[in-house]
Amino acid sequence: MAIDYKPAIHFKHVDYSIGDLNILKDITGSFPAGKITTLVGPSGAGKTTLLKLCNGLLSPKSGEIYINGVSIQQYEPVELRRTVGIALQSAPMIDGSVYDNLNLPLALKNEKLEESRALSLLEDVGLEKELLKRNVKDLSGGQRQKVSIARTLVNRPQILLLDEITSSLDRTSLKEIEELVVKINRKYKAAIIWITHNLQQALEIGDFTWVMMNGEVVETGESELLEDPHNEKVKVFVKGEVK
Amino acid sequence: MTYLTLSITLIFVVIPLILSKTLNLGLEKDTIIATIRSIVQLLAVGFILKFVFDSESLLYIFLMVTLMIVAATHNAQKKGAAIKGITWKIAVTLVFVEILTQSILLGFNITPPTAQYIISISGMVIGNSMVLSILFLNRFTSEVESHQDQTELILSLGGTPKQAIHRQLIQSIKASMIPTIESQKTVGLVQLPGMMSGQIIAGADPIQAVQFQLLIMFLLLTTAAVTSVLLGFLSYPTLFNQRMQLLKN
Repeated sequence: MAIDYKPAIHFKHVDYSIGDLNILKDITGSFPAGKITTLVGPSGAGKTTLLKLCNGLLSPKSGEIYINGVSIQQYEPVELRRTVGIALQSAPMIDGSVYDNLNLPLALKNEKLEESRALSLLEDVGLEKELLKRNVKDLSGGQRQKVSIARTLVNRPQILLLDEITSSLDRTSLKEIEELVVKINRKYKAAIIWITHNLQQALEIGDFTWVMMNGEVVETGESELLEDPHNEKVKVFVKGEVK
Repeated sequence: MTYLTLSITLIFVVIPLILSKTLNLGLEKDTIIATIRSIVQLLAVGFILKFVFDSESLLYIFLMVTLMIVAATHNAQKKGAAIKGITWKIAVTLVFVEILTQSILLGFNITPPTAQYIISISGMVIGNSMVLSILFLNRFTSEVESHQDQTELILSLGGTPKQAIHRQLIQSIKASMIPTIESQKTVGLVQLPGMMSGQIIAGADPIQAVQFQLLIMFLLLTTAAVTSVLLGFLSYPTLFNQRMQLLKN
């Protein structure tokens, strides 16, 4: 897929297993730079595992992963994770204020986030400036997800991984996050890989889509493929989901 | 105390047995096993101590302390089975605590270098260190498990394993030390420590017994702090691999 685009991430025969359980099987393909690629598929398809491989939270059992053309093994783990940011599904927060959470990526480097930049990040993700001092315990689900994305942006990642960030949100928050992802993609020129269960969302927001099932990539292409997939299993999967 | 009066004290075992039987607590078997074990183990240790004290041999003192460390390590390691190499980590911790405390006690002439003092104090230090190890490992494994998402968050943002586990480590160290600190706050008000009571019963001057008890209590503060901190810093690196990934069991 997308052979005309420079790949931000490229997989070459990647396998991942836990014990005897094969989670990912022979994954080969690319996520294009500067584009939004959605990962869709039923639960247990291996989507989250795939994202964690890109961020170095996990390592493949075999095969190669290239980030911006460089083998993932060549990266120091810390450097890799700052280049490839990930917003986790549960949007975990450290205890404290929104500022404490935004400051976290820099605090890990013994640096401090300027308040002006923190406010600018809040603005980027569509949150009011007043929230900066608020305790994260008092945030709604949507606000937490936005803070989580803003926090990931602090490291200025070239690639942004989003793991089902809208799965527990109401319709309004969901739309806001969708607009935000598109905005980030345009403003930061970051490649975005987004796991979603919402096929309509994948169709509308994604430039490209990977459909995964049982640890395999069964179909890839421009997102419109979801309207008329070739693979029989994918046809069954999307039936009734895309309106 | 004669063996006859000692056997009369078994009344204190009969009372819980009757209660357990009457209320169907199902603790009769465990109570009987605990009673028999305590009689056999304490009498055995009494005879061994008498032999060691009489001999005044450094080798026997060393063997006695080693036996204590081996038994304490064996007991504590069950709680940290999830942590790779936990047995030697506990053993190193206990040995370090023992060497540290005895060096201070003997180096400053606080206690005389006799078997009577070294073995008795070592027993208290190693026993306390074992309990602290169990408390720490219990808390640490549950903290690591329940805060996996936070650990992963910090790693994902470019944090090191030490940064990722820092909160859980500190919480576990604090939690394991709290019982020692709290019990010292109420000592003398709520309870008289067993060792001090024993000395007083044996006819020692209460003020001297208190002084000795204070020494032991301060000693146990160091034991608690050093055990949990050392064991914590020895344990956390094994939760991660070379690529700074959290290893899941």
